[in-house]
Amino acid sequence: MDPAVNPAVNPAVNPALLLLADSRLPAGGHAHSGGVEQAVTSGAVHDVPSLAGFLRGRLHTAGTVAAALTAAACACAAGPPPPEPAWGLLDAEVDARTAAPAQREASRTQGRLLLRVARRVWPSPVLEGLARAVPNPHHPIALGAAAHAAGATPEEAAMAAAYHAVGGAATAAVRLLGLDPVAVHGLLAGLAPDLAAVAGAARSGGDWESLPAHSSPALDLLAEQHARADVRLFIS
Amino acid sequence: MPGRRAMRAGAAVATAPAPGGGTLVHRLASAPPLTLRQTGPSTVHLVSTAAGPLGGDRLSLDIDVAPHTTLELGSVAAGLVLPGHGTSEFLVTARVGAGARLRFAPEPTVLAAGCEHRLLVRLALAADAEVLWREEIVLGRHGERAGRCHARFDATRDGRPLLRQEFTVGDPALDSSPAVYGAARCVGTTFLTTPVKEPVVAEGVAVLPLAGPGTLVSALAADAVELRSRLEWGERAVRPA
Repeated sequence: MDPAVNPAVNPAVNPALLLLADSRLPAGGHAHSGGVEQAVTSGAVHDVPSLAGFLRGRLHTAGTVAAALTAAACACAAGPPPPEPAWGLLDAEVDARTAAPAQREASRTQGRLLLRVARRVWPSPVLEGLARAVPNPHHPIALGAAAHAAGATPEEAAMAAAYHAVGGAATAAVRLLGLDPVAVHGLLAGLAPDLAAVAGAARSGGDWESLPAHSSPALDLLAEQHARADVRLFIS
Repeated sequence: MPGRRAMRAGAAVATAPAPGGGTLVHRLASAPPLTLRQTGPSTVHLVSTAAGPLGGDRLSLDIDVAPHTTLELGSVAAGLVLPGHGTSEFLVTARVGAGARLRFAPEPTVLAAGCEHRLLVRLALAADAEVLWREEIVLGRHGERAGRCHARFDATRDGRPLLRQEFTVGDPALDSSPAVYGAARCVGTTFLTTPVKEPVVAEGVAVLPLAGPGTLVSALAADAVELRSRLEWGERAVRPA
């Protein structure tokens, strides 16, 4: 059988993408709610429909930025030129797009943990180079570099980033509000076209300065209010 | 404004050091509908001399603040963005030199129903330039659904990215998302080069220390008056009077 048409030899979905997007990847993602915890505290998210609005907004703002920067990091890791001198510049582009300090901290915490895991799961000189250049990279940088080390393309890396932007938040809402987990997974399934659009728009070429920079003012407020809350189940 | 033709206009303002110190506004180029008037030794106001912008209009404003000079730029009235033929665009480019100071605080931009607007800001700062840059967007006139808008703000300091932000308005499902604007009808930010140590939060407003040297005051509000008071509260937290 022609390997090109044999799905067992040439699968349509890259298994690396599944591993990267899997919440069971032990990179600490479960400890972050992506702003959902504070949105629940404030009452802005209180049921399945309000969670749907939250997730869509998160995907088309923070998720779009993360997907684009992740694709850029994956392409950067693939080179040429050698990526190491560029990591700091790309990391600074994430900084400039993340105004809220609580979100920068959450992103760097998750990036550091993911990089640590990825260096053991997919050992590669690119990941060692990133760890040398930026020991605590922003999550999109770590995810893009890890995706490259795992054999994924920038487009696949962008998909993992877009899914990461809503998957963790959705699970957190289930735990915080006791929502029906099947209904919430239905929401995620309903977002499939949006995920595809966001990942598809994340071009990996071109200059970094013009990459998306969508702001989500409500998320910024939620993140800083959350950092000041007395009782928290999630880190962010 | 039936029958009005799309306008292409570029206005500019530039400062120079005055002999003996201080600031001289040495270039003031108006282009209707963008008219600039000097209202003080280093103060200039944007005066609209036509309605709009309307769809199809391409307007630009270039601001050059020479090293060690000061410029304050305001506007006399809110800018009402109206529908027309195609997208309207307002591009603002500003360069602020070493030791120079710029305060950019125009009245809000109101996105009337049906408008299609693009607002682009490119701010290039010297390392020790001092800036306050306020932007306020009102999502539609009273009781009206906002038109569409894409706003992008890029600030660099010595060529390094300091703040990049985009706002999109016009998809009702996204605009009302509790992650984006929620129930707010007005969104605003003030970017300041003055750093703060700690973030500060109050109802509808956050004072956010950026990763680089600067601060962003970010606010959401039900109306323009509340938005202005929240932004000013945040600005005072950065620069106590």
